[in-house]
Amino acid sequence: MSASSILIVGVGGQGVLLASDLLAAVCLGAGLDVKKSEVHGMAQRGGIVVSHVRFGPSVHSPLVEEGQADALVALEWAEALRWSAFLRPGGALFVDPAQIVPPAACGDRRTWTSRYPPLEPPSTGGQGPQLRLIPAQALAKAAGVARAANVVLLGALSTRLDFPAAAWEEAIRRLVPAAVVEANLRAFVAGRKADPLPLPLPAPRVAPGGERRFAVAVVSAWCKGCDICVRLCPEGCLRLDSLGVVRVTAPQRCTGCRLCELLCPDFAITVREEGGTVVV
Amino acid sequence: MNGSGEARTMPAVATRPALRELLTGNEAIARGAFEAGVHLATGYPGTPSTEIVEALARFPEVRVQWSVNEKVALDTALGAALGGAKALCAMKHVGLNVAADTLMTAAYTGVGGALVVVSADDPGMHSSQNEQDNRFYARFAGIPMLEPADAEEARRFTRWAFELSARYDVPVLLRTTTRISHTRSVVTPEEREEAPPAGFVPDPAKYVMLPAHARGRHPVVLERLARLRADGDPRCAVVEPGDPAVGVVTSGVVYHYVREVLPRASVLKLNLTHPLPLEVVRAFAAGVQRLLVVEELEPFLEEELRAAGLAVEGKVFWPRVGELTPALVRAGFARAGVLPESSPPPPVQVMPRPPVLCPGCPHVLPLLALRKLGATICGDIGCYTLAALPPLGAMDTCVAMGCSIGMAAGLAASGHRGPVAAVIGDSTFLHAGIPALLDAVYNRARIVVLILNNGTTAMTGGQPHPGTGRDVRGEAAPAADLAALCRALGAGLVVTVDPYDLGGTYRAVEEAVAFDGVAVLITNRPCVEAPVKIRDIPYFVVPEACIACQLCMNLGCPAITWGNGWYEGRPRVTIEESQCTGCTVCAQLCPTDAIRPVTARASQR
Repeated sequence: MSASSILIVGVGGQGVLLASDLLAAVCLGAGLDVKKSEVHGMAQRGGIVVSHVRFGPSVHSPLVEEGQADALVALEWAEALRWSAFLRPGGALFVDPAQIVPPAACGDRRTWTSRYPPLEPPSTGGQGPQLRLIPAQALAKAAGVARAANVVLLGALSTRLDFPAAAWEEAIRRLVPAAVVEANLRAFVAGRKADPLPLPLPAPRVAPGGERRFAVAVVSAWCKGCDICVRLCPEGCLRLDSLGVVRVTAPQRCTGCRLCELLCPDFAITVREEGGTVVV
Repeated sequence: MNGSGEARTMPAVATRPALRELLTGNEAIARGAFEAGVHLATGYPGTPSTEIVEALARFPEVRVQWSVNEKVALDTALGAALGGAKALCAMKHVGLNVAADTLMTAAYTGVGGALVVVSADDPGMHSSQNEQDNRFYARFAGIPMLEPADAEEARRFTRWAFELSARYDVPVLLRTTTRISHTRSVVTPEEREEAPPAGFVPDPAKYVMLPAHARGRHPVVLERLARLRADGDPRCAVVEPGDPAVGVVTSGVVYHYVREVLPRASVLKLNLTHPLPLEVVRAFAAGVQRLLVVEELEPFLEEELRAAGLAVEGKVFWPRVGELTPALVRAGFARAGVLPESSPPPPVQVMPRPPVLCPGCPHVLPLLALRKLGATICGDIGCYTLAALPPLGAMDTCVAMGCSIGMAAGLAASGHRGPVAAVIGDSTFLHAGIPALLDAVYNRARIVVLILNNGTTAMTGGQPHPGTGRDVRGEAAPAADLAALCRALGAGLVVTVDPYDLGGTYRAVEEAVAFDGVAVLITNRPCVEAPVKIRDIPYFVVPEACIACQLCMNLGCPAITWGNGWYEGRPRVTIEESQCTGCTVCAQLCPTDAIRPVTARASQR
């Protein structure tokens, strides 16, 4: 059990794999045994990406066990939380507080509450992680390449590993596309020198209180069945019946956006909030 | 790490960077095949196997080709092997179902030269529709199977597989799993052995499987297995002696998990997992007090050992579903009473982040139109399967490659009310959709067939196929014309659709739904991610113009999300410009013209 274990996590497209390639190359160059494991495929489509890197004189498992990672490098806030259970007590957590909010987090059209987790630091058991909040994206942008947030975080991680800076630079020169090598080298140095952001973190976005219900009324005599409201209703509340007149078939899904009311050429639809007041 | 001490040992290890490389299991299989002198490599893309063929394509000495499907890939490789060549055929686990017809009888014919079939299984279904255990194919076909545990073994076992194939005149199954295929570890490459193919030697009794000939070959399969079982090669099974209280039989990557959590146990690592070298196993079992089998998925080894009369325990302690991990292996040993109970830290509950269709994906709009028109959608294997998730929710079935068209025809024939559509990508259509479309036409189905033609095999990273005009090395190749093909198959209506044109797409889908017969819609926008990244002027949301109706959110575009503003109690949306590809679909959809190109921002202020 003499191998070191590092987890690098983020969202598809952020450069998790390049970061773990760089770390693994540095380990290999130092003559160590290395294993680096990740899953390709579906995960690339904006999904979760996790790369396990284990190195030492001899490495068996390519996977880090829960509660045993020496360091967790997270390019995205929610992913830092998701994988924090892998950190050993007292392990180091390098995280960019950048947020990538997936469409799935914005699905609640009743209370409009985002499912994205609040910016509160994780706790792992008794001994919390050594949290280092690095504004990696901002530092990368300043270094000249916004996508180099991964290398900024590697720079921060490198202060905790015993590899010489020259080994990291050599790996960056070898593995990063030639056009952005210099910017990535600057990003690496910026990460090495970065001062962690202070806690607490900025407050999350607040949702308005309460769930609301709406009633949609159609004046059938005025409806000529042009289908505009049916096609555009975002929630699919409306249908044309066999006579070509609009019917409200799913009133419970109405969010009160009033698109139907606004777009009806014949003023045949009104939307009211249940309880009687007209929504204005 | 600082403080842990082991980093200090680094200088003690010899540094020979020129002789060591970090390769994935897939790259190592390619390397091993190259070193073995492989002449021809074929395959069909499928996670986690895709990179084997791609890595082989980097060796100019090898003829490498993407096939239209796994069966043709194996047919081609078998043909080359009968010509005395060394051939490799790579696919994902479910791909072997497609090629199984050939495999089963190739075991009878033998291979002439050498034939290695790589099956990359996907325990845990990281990117698959099932987690079938393809070790059973070795038993089913009666052929030998090798299972590497890391990249260096993947390289060496691939060479060994070619040796076995040539020596025993048999196709050899090389089985990996996602964790081996996609893990990088240290490999020590060697030189290539070069020898030209020996040529085809006609032998009808061996190669023409008439019943009379095949009856003569089945005994050969069984006799060959008996010889393989007694091969005696020390590589077949490796005994690592340790504490005799517990003997662990294992194979593949699970071996490394066992070594990690139980470093002092006696371990028997099986490399040839079919046919099992039973004498070695018996000798190992005799030296330990308790025999445990730790294996991923099915109790394949466990049942073989039990059938051989050995007292073994396995699946009673370890799960039969999903991928094993060090923590699961540890938990199993705890259940077995070998390790103390330990409680791993509880997982942190965070909102799910499922994979989604990319910003600018040309699949979104036609699927949305089909859904809007009330179609029941039989889907297929590809990125578009992701449309099953909310908010699109535009898929009702997805089973296996090419299933969409036949299933749609069947569903329509069952008396189902409302329109029925099959949705299939270009690569999948060429793989298994052509016979299904012909069948639907022949049997007078009334369905819509939407071919999402993005000019690549997108889900697996953008491989070319016979419709793209490019081969595996990016060189020009003949390109199939999908519209002409569909007309030739007899489809009554064949329409090409621009999937970025909101009105045009909607009207085309309406026309297809109303058509009495097989109506084919073919989209014509390329994938925005592969093989070339396509980026146009990004769009932004004019905050005060957004009425938060959520129409654009219905696209499920990852570049569009809730912003910080509110309108009538609903969140206004915002576009992450760095992610926007400028496909314009949300701007066309917006009823208040709140979504504009960033170039309009200056003039607006």
